[in-house]
Amino acid sequence: MKTKIKADDPLIIAGRSFGSRLLLGTGKFSSARVMKSALKASGTEIVTVALRRVELDNARDSILSAVDVGRYLLLPNTSGARNAEEAVRLARLARAAGCEPWIKLEVTPDPHYLLPDPIETLKAAEILVREGFTVLPYINADPVLAKRLEEVGTATVMPLGSPIGSNRGLKTRELIEIIIEKARVPVVVDAGLGAPSHAAEAMEMGADAVLVNTAVAVAGDPVAMARAFKKGVEAGREAFLAGLGSPRKTAEASSPLTGFLR
Amino acid sequence: MEIQVNGEKRHWDGPVTVLDLLEALGIRPAAVAVERNLRIVLRDEMAREMIHDGDTIEIIRMVGGG
Repeated sequence: MKTKIKADDPLIIAGRSFGSRLLLGTGKFSSARVMKSALKASGTEIVTVALRRVELDNARDSILSAVDVGRYLLLPNTSGARNAEEAVRLARLARAAGCEPWIKLEVTPDPHYLLPDPIETLKAAEILVREGFTVLPYINADPVLAKRLEEVGTATVMPLGSPIGSNRGLKTRELIEIIIEKARVPVVVDAGLGAPSHAAEAMEMGADAVLVNTAVAVAGDPVAMARAFKKGVEAGREAFLAGLGSPRKTAEASSPLTGFLR
Repeated sequence: MEIQVNGEKRHWDGPVTVLDLLEALGIRPAAVAVERNLRIVLRDEMAREMIHDGDTIEIIRMVGGG
């Protein structure tokens, strides 16, 4: 067996240790109060945020003023960027807004499927790594691209399970397996995870972490769903460390077949 | 003078600094990032960075996102 079960099993990204393998997005919550409770219930230590223009006629603080920055690492994303230049601009703005220089890099030129542009993502990653950012790139489940990003110095790779917000689970499973096998940086499965079972499946495969937003934020009870995802992630991780059996075609009896009737 | 703030044309009596503009708009400097003509204005520069006629200002903040 390759790995041993450890009670203390932190997620380590860029040398920083986290007690939870569930990253949570802060979009689409109905209120700051619900979001705060869901973050707490999820056990997460990394929460993603977006950057947008201040509404001039309504310049009140965003719901994020409710987030305790002592407790969570705020991970700004570059959502809305359609090319490398826009992504780099957003990353620099995030740093100027007071965030630590960590950035979830996403470049999505097509608003319909929000699939990430691999070429622009790689370009932006090179620039941002050079500028001292800890870069977590959102990518399609492409093992070659994942390697290229790792080589330019990204802190993780974040392959998608299925399109953002689609709740369809791990449609890219076989390619994510290859990414996990080859990666030397943490693999965070991002996007499309619609149920705790999807998160558990990703963790059972050996993903280092998952990122969830829509499935929690728009659930009937987001706080209960956050708790359910926490359990899914923990169960999947523990199963991976415990060592899963391989699938087989024929039966193998669980009970002894000898000793009485035969 | 006429300036563009977050895509909107605004008439403003100058001279004015970035910090003055934020205060007039009721925006806490600690909660935002500002660009003047595509160049980031760091927080400790806001009090002396002058805004001129024709400038384009972007004021960005964090919002919920995935």
